[in-house]
Amino acid sequence: MLDLSKIRKDFPILHQEVNGKPLIYFDNAASTQKPKAVIDRISRYYAQEHSNIHRGVHSLSAAATEEYELARKTIQQHLNASHDHEIIFTKGTTDGINLVANGFAKSILKPGDEVLISELEHHSNIVPWQLACESSGAKLKVIPISDSGEWIMKDFYKLLSKKTKIVAVNHVSNALGTINPVNDVVDTAHRMGVPVLLDGAQAAPHMNVDVKALNCDFYVLSGHKLFGPTGVGVLYGKEEWLNKLPPYQGGGDMIKSVSFEKTEYNELPFKFEAGTPHIAGVLGMKTAIDYCNAIGFDAIAKYEHELLEYGSKKLSSIEGLTIYGTAENKASVISFLIDEIHPYDTGTILDKLGIAVRTGHHCTEPIMTRFGIPGTVRASFAFYNTKEEIDVLYEGLLRVKKMFE
Amino acid sequence: MTINDRQNELIEEFSMFDDWMEKYEYIIDLGKEVTGIADDLKTDDYLVKGCQSRVWLIPSNKSGRVYFDADSDAIITRGLVGMVTRVLSDATPKEILESDLFFVDKIGLKEHLSPTRSNGLVSMIKKIKTYALAYTAKAN
Repeated sequence: MLDLSKIRKDFPILHQEVNGKPLIYFDNAASTQKPKAVIDRISRYYAQEHSNIHRGVHSLSAAATEEYELARKTIQQHLNASHDHEIIFTKGTTDGINLVANGFAKSILKPGDEVLISELEHHSNIVPWQLACESSGAKLKVIPISDSGEWIMKDFYKLLSKKTKIVAVNHVSNALGTINPVNDVVDTAHRMGVPVLLDGAQAAPHMNVDVKALNCDFYVLSGHKLFGPTGVGVLYGKEEWLNKLPPYQGGGDMIKSVSFEKTEYNELPFKFEAGTPHIAGVLGMKTAIDYCNAIGFDAIAKYEHELLEYGSKKLSSIEGLTIYGTAENKASVISFLIDEIHPYDTGTILDKLGIAVRTGHHCTEPIMTRFGIPGTVRASFAFYNTKEEIDVLYEGLLRVKKMFE
Repeated sequence: MTINDRQNELIEEFSMFDDWMEKYEYIIDLGKEVTGIADDLKTDDYLVKGCQSRVWLIPSNKSGRVYFDADSDAIITRGLVGMVTRVLSDATPKEILESDLFFVDKIGLKEHLSPTRSNGLVSMIKKIKTYALAYTAKAN
């Protein structure tokens, strides 16, 4: 059991009024709020510890470097990676995918090769691969989804071929909440010798992620969706794959030696970390992960599942409400529409009631096209949300229905 | 009536409402009243793309004065674009170009003009001014 009153006290932002009503924050799939521990960690870093890392001989720099590398170690352990140099700090999930896609475009993809993604992807796991295909002459192939928002696996088996050079898919869908059968995808792809990148942006905040158990070749996530700061994220890559990819960006910290004739690149992980990184962000992200681990991801997953079940049942009882994404295995995301009411209209009225939801296509236009809808209203829950808040959403939706019908 | 007369008229209509609910119910009513645009005319040529809701805008020009028809797939946006076309229709291109739309702010709907809303309203106002500019150029 989670101690909700204690947890909610840890998140200062939750205790405010929006449009004269107590804030109910149900936009967690877009970004999660930050516990005080994270906010304090960042402010302590800037107030007392700031200095550039990996550079100075002076004590402040050495201490900052140590904290930064300790964060890498913590994240390695959290993800159960084999080595800490398999943890690359990025700007976020999008940045991590671009790094890998760019490396594949430069040194692996050839004309006639194929990249396999799914219809369930966020734009950030579509567009970088389109760019990679454009510059290399490779082709993009897409695993279709069923009406419940699940991959059609028999199509995946068919689409996977000798031409496939990488499978890049999400672990959990941001728009529909589907928890995807990634183990099956990784095993099948590996039997064909194809590496797999998993977009874990929506999985990492909800469950224990074990990259060894998943056996994926790349795993990407964002700090800000994991109760940490914006502008920072993680790319996990198996050592052998990270060594195969060329550097993404050039600059300081990523080199061993520089001359105008020849520059020698640094080893992992520094080869992929050009320039001064988001040090405060990395330390904040570590604190966020420590915070979640203290609660326990198993307890978090269990509680969020309760919220999902409660919310799905409650919202389904509204006449004319359709839930999009009805997979058996789902994260705490409810995407829905009420009759013909436009998501913008629903979202505007809910905002007036202090309820923050996401409306629109959620950066997944192909999914909306697949269902033939302009977008959805999405309520996504985190462990600091409560059933009472879902009740307020329910009442709000009844009001919306009355206003527009 | 000038553009500003029409803006003041709207501000007065909205001054009757005390709370946001009544205000939005009125916008929804206005949205339902908008004649709108026939489905077969809702083509990409007339589409003003917003991220959250879509807006269609068709201009016409009669003896030196410009008129607009507008529609949206979201009712609140349709009410808002209806108000904008009511204010800016039946004016000369010069009047449109020189106009300052203060009514949205005055009736407390400024948030709908925020670019992050991407409801197509801001783009529609820009588009109206572009049409006005084009009509001015043609007249010259």
